[in-house]
Amino acid sequence: MKKFHAPSRREVLACSGTLFAWACLPKLALAEGRDPRFLTIVLRGALDGLATVAPVGDPDWIALRGDNALALQSKTPALKLDDFFALNPAMPNLHRMFAANEAIIVHATATPYRERSHFDGQDLLESGLPKPGVSDSGWLNRALAGMASGGLVNPRGSRAFAVGPVTPLVVRGAAPVLSWSPQRILPASEDTVMRLLDLYRHSDQKLASVLEEHGRMTAIEHAGDMAAMQNAPPAPAQVRAYFAEVAGTAAKFLAQPDGPRVGALALDGWDTHSNEGIANGRLSQLLGALDAALAAVETNMGPAWRDTVVALVTEFGRTARINGTEGTDHGTATVALLVGGALKGGRVIADWPGLKSADLYENRDLKPTTDLRTVLKGLLKDHLRAGDRVLAENVFPGSAGVKPMTGLVA
Amino acid sequence: MTARGKETAALALHRFGFGPAGHSIAAIAADPQGALLADLERPQAGFVAANLPSSAEAGRAFFAFRAELAAKQKLDQRAKKDAEANNPTNASLLDCSKPTQPCVAPPAPPSPKPMDNKEPPLPQQLLQNEAKARFDAAATADIGFAERLVWFWSNHFCVSADKIPSMAGPFEREAIRLYALGKFVDLLQAVESHPAMLFYLDNAGSMGADSTAGINRDKGLNENLAREILELHTLGVRSGYSQADVTSFANVLTGWTFIETGVPQHGGEFTFLKRFHEPGAQTVLGKRYPDTGIEQGRAVLADLARHPATAQHIAQKLARHFVADEPPPSLVAKLEATFKDSGGDLKEVAKTLVTADEAWTPRRGKLKTPTLWAVAALRLTGVLPSTIIGRVLGAQASLGQALWRPPAPNGYPDTEAAWIDGIPRRLDIANEFASHAAAKADPLALLDAGLGPLASAATRDTVTRAESRAQALTLLVMSPEFLRS
Repeated sequence: MKKFHAPSRREVLACSGTLFAWACLPKLALAEGRDPRFLTIVLRGALDGLATVAPVGDPDWIALRGDNALALQSKTPALKLDDFFALNPAMPNLHRMFAANEAIIVHATATPYRERSHFDGQDLLESGLPKPGVSDSGWLNRALAGMASGGLVNPRGSRAFAVGPVTPLVVRGAAPVLSWSPQRILPASEDTVMRLLDLYRHSDQKLASVLEEHGRMTAIEHAGDMAAMQNAPPAPAQVRAYFAEVAGTAAKFLAQPDGPRVGALALDGWDTHSNEGIANGRLSQLLGALDAALAAVETNMGPAWRDTVVALVTEFGRTARINGTEGTDHGTATVALLVGGALKGGRVIADWPGLKSADLYENRDLKPTTDLRTVLKGLLKDHLRAGDRVLAENVFPGSAGVKPMTGLVA
Repeated sequence: MTARGKETAALALHRFGFGPAGHSIAAIAADPQGALLADLERPQAGFVAANLPSSAEAGRAFFAFRAELAAKQKLDQRAKKDAEANNPTNASLLDCSKPTQPCVAPPAPPSPKPMDNKEPPLPQQLLQNEAKARFDAAATADIGFAERLVWFWSNHFCVSADKIPSMAGPFEREAIRLYALGKFVDLLQAVESHPAMLFYLDNAGSMGADSTAGINRDKGLNENLAREILELHTLGVRSGYSQADVTSFANVLTGWTFIETGVPQHGGEFTFLKRFHEPGAQTVLGKRYPDTGIEQGRAVLADLARHPATAQHIAQKLARHFVADEPPPSLVAKLEATFKDSGGDLKEVAKTLVTADEAWTPRRGKLKTPTLWAVAALRLTGVLPSTIIGRVLGAQASLGQALWRPPAPNGYPDTEAAWIDGIPRRLDIANEFASHAAAKADPLALLDAGLGPLASAATRDTVTRAESRAQALTLLVMSPEFLRS
């Protein structure tokens, strides 16, 4: 295996990155003899929580989603988690981690955001502020800035790095950062191509024809030929490889004895308005790619996996019901997925709101019953040993009333 | 300020400039036409402030670099030969494909000069520095109308960095920028006597059959430059000149060359070599030009510059470049008339362009060339091209419009048919660019800044509903309104 080296200044300038992490070692945790790792993965586009972890024990579930409802008895059976919830069959690795008490699923959770704009929703998810608005920093950066560095990690002080081409807001801020990016980022996704094609069909037939023709050509010419798929939307296997490379690389850095301890990255593509493909299609492929990425993190962490927590969060959920185009529109509550050897796992944590029309938020979305900040504060407090006051005032300003969830970490 | 004013301002920035940036739409909305006219009157219009080597300096550095490289390769070959001669049976040890055998490299020969691997080789360095100055000038211009004219003329009188890597940038600064808002005849004289053009179109070694050098070396004429001046630079193809005109004009231009670059202190500058020059009078387009040495060529160029066919040719190209692939004949006629009436005053022609009603048609049918589109995206997002010049140049090349590397002397085309098939490739470039640039971008603010009232409801919806900032930015710069001008 290729030995990893700290990125040079030059490499950093060649790309701005997705995963940022600091070499600050939380002092308190270290004093306890632990060496915690914390990775945040932002899923951009709003993940369908009900399609990821299905409430198969809810009597209204099948009626709600019909043919699109995951079930334990179906052609592609969902993976049983407990008596009430089951996991999308595309995620066997997460299922295995759950069985090994190394995964927690928090359901019916949401940030305080109650509108349905991706941009504002992502801002709020990452800034940690109670309302949408301009912010130069994210909650993870402020959490790190609020902790003393152990000083052992990096001889040059608090140095950080990033994986991937985008710098998520969640890690922007005062704490210094470095970045690393894969050689090639993915070509424009099928979703982006379809959105653009839709626009061209409305307003510019010439451009539409070119894009349509191109799609046909590449499909014919390069059927099954991955290497030649230049200039075509990425095939599922490419997305899978990309997710695994980005997340796996983050883990390699975090696993180094003198490496950074905290980081974040973002994975796009979850805005499934049409032909969602929950059990066999687009979302299924994306969840499969995400599942493989989690396995890559586990593998690359090596012995450090037992000190690891990975938090997967998204800006909001999707409508409880399927829309007119076999997809789901922007919603409210969804799932947060937590994995890692440091967790007290094997549990789905949910104050289940129910699925009857009257139970839904605005008669359309899964109702949020758990503030996502309580989960994140719980992890920052018990895993990284962030202080209550810092959490309530700096990391998630105005969240004194939102208590950190206890008992997430073993 | 009226919505109409903003719409006209946005149209002006896309059609005559490099695209809106920041608050530029609002800034010129009161009088978009006046702003374009004012852009031509700035004291520094068309110039770049950059400390860059002259074409002669760059040319000398390049030829020295190439000579050193050749010497190094020769030394390497010599060392290899020596090694094989000393140890012929072990030659196969150099084969690294067999994993069981140790891979032994020959001792490294003494290098004439240690190479710094971190810097790109000198020719690329020269080109990159020129490219940085050029793209930054475009990206930071308030409007960029004067700069767009520089680009137009640079493409009209193109040279290729493939043939002459060191001089393409200096050529644009020395021959194009100085005269792009001056008289066409001065531009023409500067271009055709520039070493880069003389080298690119093979005139540097052209000698008259009856010249001193021609007789002694048994060499003769190269008519490439003469033909392209007539066909591409002035009159236009099928405008009435004959092969005899081309040959005579080529004879006129013999001796137009540049000083050898062997000596470090000088070389690479234009010179007229009487030894190469075909003696005697020549007849071009029915007019007899007595042999007045270099003045013979200048006289022909001066006549070509004021030839009616030239006015028509230039008017047609300008209108097509800025307004429509098939420009209205009335607009071409206006430009042609100004060209003739003003004695080829290019600033006056530019003014006629932006004061003609036809040039303000709300129909935005032009597809921006890849480069104009990319610069517009950089301006919109506030990314200074020089900070990512490698990626900018790479994107140009992959979209088929490599900087100063047109495949032929007619330059890059500027019609839709030539570029529209590259749209899927643009999408990938946009996607990659957006994933780098979108982190802090506010897509809706950029939509207003970049398109303003030009944005259709469909485009506004598409950008608003994107799943991420990166996707929103991709869709914005790939929207029909942003691709077209």
